[in-house]
Amino acid sequence: MALPQSESARLSGSDLTLAYDQRVVAAELDVRIPDESFTVIIGPNACGKSTLLRALARMLKPRKGAVHLDGSVITSLPSKEVARRLGLLPQSSIVPDGITVTDLVARGRYPHQKLMRQWSRADEAAVSEAMRATDVSELADRIVDELSGGQRQRVWLAMALAQETPILLLDEPTTFLDISHQIEVLDLCADLHEAGRTMVAVLHDLNQACRYATHLIVMRDGAIVAEGEPAGIVTPDLVAQVFDLRCEIIEDPQSGTPLIIPEARRQVRTTA
Amino acid sequence: MSIRFGPWSVRLAPRALVVALVLVLVAFTVTVAAIATGEFTVSVPDVLTALFGQGTPVAELIVSRLRAPRVVTGLLVGAAFGLSGAIFQSLTRNPLGSPDFIGFTAGASTGGILGVIAGGTALQIAGGALAGCVGTAVLVYALAHRGGVQGYRLVLVGIGANALLLSANSYLLTRANINDAATAGAWLTGSLSGRGWDHAIPVAVALAALLPVCACVSRPMRMLEMGEDSARAMGIRVEGVRATAITVGVLLCAVATAAAGPVIFVALAAPQLARRLTRSPGVTMGASALMGAVLLTGADLAAQRVLAATQLPVGVLTAAIGGAYLALLLRKDRH
Amino acid sequence: MASRGRPAALAGGLVVVFGVLVLVAMASVALGARSVPLSTVLDALTAPDGSGDHTVIRELRVPRTLLGIGVGAALGLAGALMQSLTRNPLADPGLLGINEGAALGVTLALGLFGLSDPAVYVWFAFGGAAVASVVVYALGSAGRSGAGPVRLALAGIAVGMVFTAVASAILRMDPQTFDRMRFWLTGSLAGQTSDVLSRIAPFMVVGLVVGLLLARPLNMLALGDDAGKALGVAVTRTRVLTAVSVTLLCGSATAAAGPLWFVGLAVPHAVRAVVGQDQRWVLPYTVLAAPALLLAADVAGRLIARPGEVQVGIMCAVVGAPIFILMARRRRLAAL
Repeated sequence: MALPQSESARLSGSDLTLAYDQRVVAAELDVRIPDESFTVIIGPNACGKSTLLRALARMLKPRKGAVHLDGSVITSLPSKEVARRLGLLPQSSIVPDGITVTDLVARGRYPHQKLMRQWSRADEAAVSEAMRATDVSELADRIVDELSGGQRQRVWLAMALAQETPILLLDEPTTFLDISHQIEVLDLCADLHEAGRTMVAVLHDLNQACRYATHLIVMRDGAIVAEGEPAGIVTPDLVAQVFDLRCEIIEDPQSGTPLIIPEARRQVRTTA
Repeated sequence: MSIRFGPWSVRLAPRALVVALVLVLVAFTVTVAAIATGEFTVSVPDVLTALFGQGTPVAELIVSRLRAPRVVTGLLVGAAFGLSGAIFQSLTRNPLGSPDFIGFTAGASTGGILGVIAGGTALQIAGGALAGCVGTAVLVYALAHRGGVQGYRLVLVGIGANALLLSANSYLLTRANINDAATAGAWLTGSLSGRGWDHAIPVAVALAALLPVCACVSRPMRMLEMGEDSARAMGIRVEGVRATAITVGVLLCAVATAAAGPVIFVALAAPQLARRLTRSPGVTMGASALMGAVLLTGADLAAQRVLAATQLPVGVLTAAIGGAYLALLLRKDRH
Repeated sequence: MASRGRPAALAGGLVVVFGVLVLVAMASVALGARSVPLSTVLDALTAPDGSGDHTVIRELRVPRTLLGIGVGAALGLAGALMQSLTRNPLADPGLLGINEGAALGVTLALGLFGLSDPAVYVWFAFGGAAVASVVVYALGSAGRSGAGPVRLALAGIAVGMVFTAVASAILRMDPQTFDRMRFWLTGSLAGQTSDVLSRIAPFMVVGLVVGLLLARPLNMLALGDDAGKALGVAVTRTRVLTAVSVTLLCGSATAAAGPLWFVGLAVPHAVRAVVGQDQRWVLPYTVLAAPALLLAADVAGRLIARPGEVQVGIMCAVVGAPIFILMARRRRLAAL
């Protein structure tokens, strides 16, 4: 499943075996994140997609193999140095009691700060730019605990943006959000991608993945089944193979990307 | 609010700054009051001249030999407890994670009581407390360690160890003869009476060595409060920061306990009070240290002057004052 | 949820725990500074002949064992109730200041007023426990977010500290009371006569019955106050009844045996690890397992220091703490 080698990838993993304690989640995985792509990792529950993302973000040390960032093994680079190139929005974070939106977003500047340089003009500019991009500027002085789920997710995203990394990894950024907030967050990701960042996201919704991704990685049982541009790889056969779902694929009237229409089993049963 | 000077810059919360200034003022006032008042009143100018070695022999004896070391020990010990509490509460994200609840202070007590029963000198008792505290910390940490230390597990293991050690302490007390029991009992409630410069200096040295480390780990620790993944994504070496912070916290607690006995509650209450006063999210090391110093010296002053007849040990009073104050703040707390 | 075979297995387990309690109780009657064969024990209970052994058993060992059962059950149930109500796995009558309140009451009665009749000072213990629980709960639930676990624990610790400070100040001013009370203060079943038991038992029984009846509403409240309300639970009534039950249990247990802690924290923890979160099983299991631990600790304390003894409060922690630490290490502890 090798990509054309001409396509450059600052972030890649080779021969990865990933495991929690004794349980091996994925074995001998090779993965490349094309530069300036909006890569979406998708697959059924427990296929190892979040595990792969965590490994790419150095949250999980591979049992075997290595993740490379700009040609170096990621764990050999200074942690702060990595944090200036690669950001992560984890699935769950803890909101410190009583913290304001601005303070939380400002914490994203940590990798750029030093003991004697804790709040430079660049920090201030990055924070207000991140808050503007995620549209949370008017929430600046609110307490994060008091925000709605959608607002809170935008604040976390703002924090990751303030980190100003060329590569941004998002672990299920749309979970717990209603449909309009999901689209809002994904549109924002698309804008960020447009602006030149490499985005990598784990998503649940195949249709959303097809619409937003420029590069899709489809996983099942800890292995990569297919990868490439959504229009080129998403077929009824692939969906059946990966999700055990029979479906029809039409063109999304809005974006022209593949749109999966699950087969209506009930109707089939009544007509049969 | 931010301050920039050339390449240097810091971000400051005005409220935290005001609180810190007020605490410094209160600490200063308490110090002066503690040195100047008492059975023999020394005027403030005399205090100053005595401190610089220019006063009358009597004033010099009272100020430099008796009162100053006691209040300085109080300030230092209070600050050390406050810092230690702030560190552990931040690491465990739980006020119950403070060293008085996870067995460190109880371990120090065990060492101290053994010192008393063995008929040790003050120095040996302090050494016993130091060893007891560090030993307990190593044990609790080792027991809580399973592929990294989780805050909640550390608290639970610590509470178990605490129960065990408190029982051991009670057992030792009931076994001891009545005189040793009384001595140990007095030491156990924590006391600043009779503390000289030889008590203050080790704490001062420890603080001088450890404060810079605190300053370095305080920002990564604040990031760590947002969860391990978030912290790691920001480029923090989680295990390294945690190990450093725990070492510093244990050392501060051990040194402070060795100097003044297990003064419980300062480590629990000071960070909580500091957080509520500064309204700052997460750990506030500076304010916690100042609050600890104020709490301990204030309680000691009250014990000496207001309740002089009963000669209550400061440990009892910090518990009473700190507890009542914390209760009051909890009542007013609206978030 | 639970499979069909589960209730049968759980009921069987309950019988096993009851059997263990009976065995430990028998050991507690038979063993001590002077061990007595079981046949003599049976004779003493069925046909007393006034011999030395029989008197020891009837006058000392049996009341002490019954007291141990009562105190253990009371503390265990109080802990389980508080953990369920506050949704805080660390809630414990000792940690939340209730036992300290009761202990202060007893200290006041003994130290300041010189009252030594348990039937009188138990009321001081109730008073102290009640004041403590009301104050702690009022402080812990002030503020917008209601009684969060951490707030409640903080309030309990703050109040407990103040009470302990006052009690130790009283003791410090009065060395004789300190000497008299330092055994009681570590928790002991020794030296209590059978009339202590008979005077305190009614309060314990009422507390136990009320507490056990609260299992179902507490199960519902475990889903959150709103969900509980939606399911038709009278939230306030459940809270008040729980507080009353806890006060009766802690007050009587503390008056009888001193401020014991750890039983109320550790036993419900261990029970939940085995039977899960259903209070209808957690509470009965705790009521049987906690006295088993307490009595076992008491017997051990009598045996290891013959002819003297180590107080049960100390032994409880010695026996219970390592188990607790092992549990904390072994699994991700079930949060509530």
